[in-house]
Amino acid sequence: MLGNAFLLAFRALRRNAMRSVLTMLGIIIGVAAVIVVVTLGSGATRQVSQQVASLGSNLLMVSVGKRMGPGQVSGAEAFKLADAEALANDVYGLAAVAPVASGSTTAIYANENWSTNVSGTTDAFFSVSNQPVAEGRLFTASEARLGTAVCVIGQTVAAKLFGQQNPLNNRIRLQKLSCEVIGVLKAKGQSTMGTDQDDLVVVPLRTYQRRIAGNQDVNLIKVSVQDGQDTEKVKHEIEGILRTRRHLASTEENNFNVMDMKEIAAMLSSTTQTMTGMLSAVGAVSLLVGGIGIMNIMLVSVTERTREIGIRLAIGALENEVLLQFLVEAVVLSSFGGLIGILLALGTAWGLSGLMQVPFVFQGGIVLTAFLFSAAVGVVFGYFPARKAARLDPIEALRHE
Amino acid sequence: MADHPLLALQGVTKTYGTGDAQMHALAGINLSINPGEFVAVMGPSGSGKSTCMNILGCLDTPSSGEYRFQGVNVGGLTRNQRALLRRHYIGFVFQGFNLLNRTTALENVELPLIYRGMDTATRHRLAKAALDAVGLASRESHTPGELSGGQQQRVAIARAIVTEPALLLADEPTGNLDSKRSVEIMELLTAINRDQGITVVMVTHEPDMADYAKRIISFKDGLIESDQKLKGYLC
Ligand SMILES: Nc1ncnc2c1ncn2[C@@H]1O[C@H](COP(=O)(O)OP(=O)(O)OP(=O)(O)O)[C@@H](O)[C@H]1O
Ligand SMILES: [Mg+2]
Repeated sequence: MLGNAFLLAFRALRRNAMRSVLTMLGIIIGVAAVIVVVTLGSGATRQVSQQVASLGSNLLMVSVGKRMGPGQVSGAEAFKLADAEALANDVYGLAAVAPVASGSTTAIYANENWSTNVSGTTDAFFSVSNQPVAEGRLFTASEARLGTAVCVIGQTVAAKLFGQQNPLNNRIRLQKLSCEVIGVLKAKGQSTMGTDQDDLVVVPLRTYQRRIAGNQDVNLIKVSVQDGQDTEKVKHEIEGILRTRRHLASTEENNFNVMDMKEIAAMLSSTTQTMTGMLSAVGAVSLLVGGIGIMNIMLVSVTERTREIGIRLAIGALENEVLLQFLVEAVVLSSFGGLIGILLALGTAWGLSGLMQVPFVFQGGIVLTAFLFSAAVGVVFGYFPARKAARLDPIEALRHE
Repeated sequence: MADHPLLALQGVTKTYGTGDAQMHALAGINLSINPGEFVAVMGPSGSGKSTCMNILGCLDTPSSGEYRFQGVNVGGLTRNQRALLRRHYIGFVFQGFNLLNRTTALENVELPLIYRGMDTATRHRLAKAALDAVGLASRESHTPGELSGGQQQRVAIARAIVTEPALLLADEPTGNLDSKRSVEIMELLTAINRDQGITVVMVTHEPDMADYAKRIISFKDGLIESDQKLKGYLC
């Protein structure tokens, strides 16, 4: 009986090929939208976690202010070099501690100038933030301590100021400071937030404080925890030491923030997941609209094919056979539409992931779900018109014009 | 002949509407038709011919009275049982051809066989044979839009006889055709009745067409006015 229903359904669909295609369009678009969004979304999520992993997941960022994020510093006092030294001496299980003072400055070389971020820090910075040198060398601990006029620049700065020229041993100007380029960092690409991680100049902390900032402030302390150490415990120890050093009463909140990169990773991937979820919901709505489209067309089709149904019933088709035929027509339309949507979506997602530079992550689960859902749409929205067709009175149906 | 007639109507009425609007399309019909007969049904418009045909074809049931098909009381059957009865014993030819459009002649003729659950090869063979019998073997892949009215009606007849039904019902089969095509159709029906022994009941307005039948029943106001058996036909 099902075989017959398929035969009859295919013949009916073929007779109205154009309409069949248009009906499928709603489902095709709905399914494609959901799959493209989910595929790109999981690509983005994977990219986020990869980038965070490249930062070093055992990295703690100690910053001034109550909350993470810019603009929240709200008058809290900056750190000093001594704070970083205290952490390095008193907290057990740290691999390296890098105090950072930074600001935005215009870097000038010959006729070129480029506004970039200048960080004053110690030699520990390079290992903590996982930035090896590509050419030249990094500054040494003694250079950092002495505050010599040397700098290490990122690829972007090198390209903007020097073009094809070799930057090494040339002097660039940062406000009143003229410093010698001793190294160029390896390219790191965009960060998760979309900022260019190669757009920076690194100078010794003391040099920065004396010659650029004109104060002893440190805005950020980057701490890398030894492998196998409990970052949560280390974080608490750091908080304890800093609270004491900053003379906070037990009732007062922290006026600094210790952020675990793992938390940031979790936060960012949950943001991407929320976005993916929301966009998928939009796709799901269009899938639903596609389903209603199928119902609409099937209802029109039942009215238009009343005589045909009359003929079938007169010839001896059972109610259930007519019902099944129309149901199969709807399901074939919707699931075939789903199939086309899936292929279209995978192609589109593959193309877009290349353009957006996120990895292409094939999500078998969502593909299967979308297919089953589109088939279900056919059953649900095809049932009512199919039942209407099956219950027609053959005499009246035959008389229908 | 058989111990009981192929079909028998006993005091059959059909009423439409209720109260003042009530009208009797059939006002009490007694009729029995034996296997192998060729019956023409005549009568003025609105006299109840089509209503009677619908009841004979088990598409409809009487308001009162009894209709027995091969001894079975049709009034006691469910909708599905009547559908099965039609599927296995009755073929229909309608005035308006009623073919599936944009569907080839062959597929149209195959339709009743599909509902009988026949395999593809047998289905093709029988459908081709039926098209051959109505003289349309060369047109099997034409759709109704590509066929003349007479050809369409012959496809409809092929579809009705492909299952070798016990009863062939034709409601004004020549109503839309010119006289030359009508004659072709009548000769076809006569041949089917003669060669395959299929009982034919046909509604017509034209006495010329009725002359092909062996028995003419005239309706008037929902009643049988006359019932003549012709050509020394023996019951
Ligand atoms: N579904 C219906 N509802 C109400 N009245 C109906 C219905 N079907 C038929 N009738 C009425 O029953 C009467 C008989 O109709 P029927 O169709 O049997 O006539 P007929 O003899 O076939 O006429 P014609 O030669 O014009 O086809 C008519 O008066 C018609 O109006
Ligand atoms: Mg009529």
